[in-house]
Amino acid sequence: MSLLTVQNLQQHFPVRGGLLRRSVASCKAVDGLSFSLGAGETLGLVGESGCGKTTLGKSIVRLLKPTSGKIEFDGQDITTASMGELRPMRRHVQMIFQDPAESLNPRHTVRDILEEPFIVQKMGQKDERRKWVLDLLDKVGLPASAMDRFPFEFSGGQRQRIGIARAIALKPKLIVCDEPVSALDVSVQSQVLNLLLDLQRDMGLSYLFIAHGLSVVKHMSDRVAVMYLGKIVELAPAEELYHHPRHAYTQALLDAIPVPDPAKRRKRELLQGDVPSPINPPAGCAFGHRMKHPQWQASVGMNLTLKEVSPGHWVQPCPCCTQSS
Amino acid sequence: MSAPILQVENLITAFDTDAGRMTAVDGISFDVPRGKTLGIVGESGCGKSVTAFSITRLLPQPHGQILGGSIHFEGRDLAALPVQEMQRIRGNAISMIFQEPMTALNPVQTVGKQLAEAILLHAVCSKAEALARSIDMMKKVRIPAPEQRLHEYPHQLSGGMRQRIMIAMALINTPKLLIADEPTTALDVTVQAQILELIADLQKEMGMSVVLITHDLGVIAEVCDEVAVMYAGRIVERASVFDLFANPRHAYTQGLLESIPRLDSKPKTLLKAIPGNVPGIANFKPGCRFAERSGRAHAETHLNQRPAFVEISPNHFVENCPVCVS
Repeated sequence: MSLLTVQNLQQHFPVRGGLLRRSVASCKAVDGLSFSLGAGETLGLVGESGCGKTTLGKSIVRLLKPTSGKIEFDGQDITTASMGELRPMRRHVQMIFQDPAESLNPRHTVRDILEEPFIVQKMGQKDERRKWVLDLLDKVGLPASAMDRFPFEFSGGQRQRIGIARAIALKPKLIVCDEPVSALDVSVQSQVLNLLLDLQRDMGLSYLFIAHGLSVVKHMSDRVAVMYLGKIVELAPAEELYHHPRHAYTQALLDAIPVPDPAKRRKRELLQGDVPSPINPPAGCAFGHRMKHPQWQASVGMNLTLKEVSPGHWVQPCPCCTQSS
Repeated sequence: MSAPILQVENLITAFDTDAGRMTAVDGISFDVPRGKTLGIVGESGCGKSVTAFSITRLLPQPHGQILGGSIHFEGRDLAALPVQEMQRIRGNAISMIFQEPMTALNPVQTVGKQLAEAILLHAVCSKAEALARSIDMMKKVRIPAPEQRLHEYPHQLSGGMRQRIMIAMALINTPKLLIADEPTTALDVTVQAQILELIADLQKEMGMSVVLITHDLGVIAEVCDEVAVMYAGRIVERASVFDLFANPRHAYTQGLLESIPRLDSKPKTLLKAIPGNVPGIANFKPGCRFAERSGRAHAETHLNQRPAFVEISPNHFVENCPVCVS
């Protein structure tokens, strides 16, 4: 059974305007997507900025209340659970944020930061918690002396380790990693990625790994979902997706990655234009619309639910972007 | 081969702070070949942006100063040029693209006015002429409907469009040298690819030379001819792009190349990581600065004495620390 199941999730935000600040339109940040995530598995999520990756992550940890759809965690429906009802669940679902400088309280010492999850969950006595904090620091590769220091005293990579320590404090089952390395230096990124892989192996964690760097996502994930304008357009095992992309958008993203090898320079088919606004998304296949594909019209009004084209490989079945091979 | 358009020799740039003088760029030398692209790659705090600001003489005053060395451009030493002369060159023969187009553009002026300003500062021409040239340039950077865009403000444009405006502004006086400081870092990969291609196309068309500063080795591999790898205020290795990627000699370059996840690497395997963190400017050592992260034992002399910058094979230069260079 899967750990997390998301069904037809929608997360819309009202756009307010006019004299009375009434809702005049809605921004469809996440617009009807479904997937599931197994225990110990990593699902990567890629897409351009503004496609709704972060919103999806926030809906899953229930920092946002979904507009409609269903989120099931560990067999329990948490879509509309209240704050009180969510508290026991929060032990098992944690989040790592993009910018460690902004997600750690600058006035708290590392010990305060790492002790807080235990206090919130009413776990342990003071000296017990101190021991746990030391354990956590050891797990993420920070010295015990870090305990009484403040976040600003650390470098970016070390701060992200503190963020990771906080996320694993309660031994969660699922961690939503929202761009965990994009704010870090190249030489430090690989350290943090290795740490995440080690922790997953030791603790049996599941990750929802959100990033815009496709090479990073591929390296970290078992399966990868490609998002475009609030929808998943393709979902497949990592290797399969990179070797046999079926949707034109996946192909375009792959083509855009700079390859760190000058011997492999190639003439690329570049994607033109920008991501359209999710406030008034085009009908039918949004990517076909951006590409002005001759067959885009045919996708309007079609049922664009993902279809399984080969075992585990799901793709949006629009006539404009999906190769028929 | 003709002489390089820019020759930087032993450049030293420092900042005066409350904690004393901090040497951000510590004696670096490189050439930019005519019509080619030199990539400067390094992590945050390694001095790559300070290098760019030294060349364009845009260092924050009065704290930032060029303490030594020379920057020869078209037979003149930019490091010693009076401010008025430098103003004539900057934005004209040498221009610059900045990382964050939202902060580099003026939010309360239309993009048309900002483009025209760049022309009117350097040439005597009528407003109508400046306007026509602006529209021309906007077409060149592939901005759709330039006549309308001209009257828009930066906030009305997307990130990619803003960066195109920046490029248009930098190229409007047909510079001989373009310095692009992380021009695509704030952009999505798809837009990054568009912008890089645009710069390369315009470079070919106008025959200019480019200095491209980035932290992304992928970007370097795609567009550069020559590469300089910076670490902690110094260039540790410099070579042609093919040579550098095929045959990196310095331990830092090797470590960087091994630590990036690649599309063809096996998923969920551990990456080779460089241990430790990038040193802060206050902790720069006199000798080999990569010593403590290299995982190789350095003798006292290697830590105290600066390794010489030598040509280890034709057109392949390296900071020759005997422990870090194999």
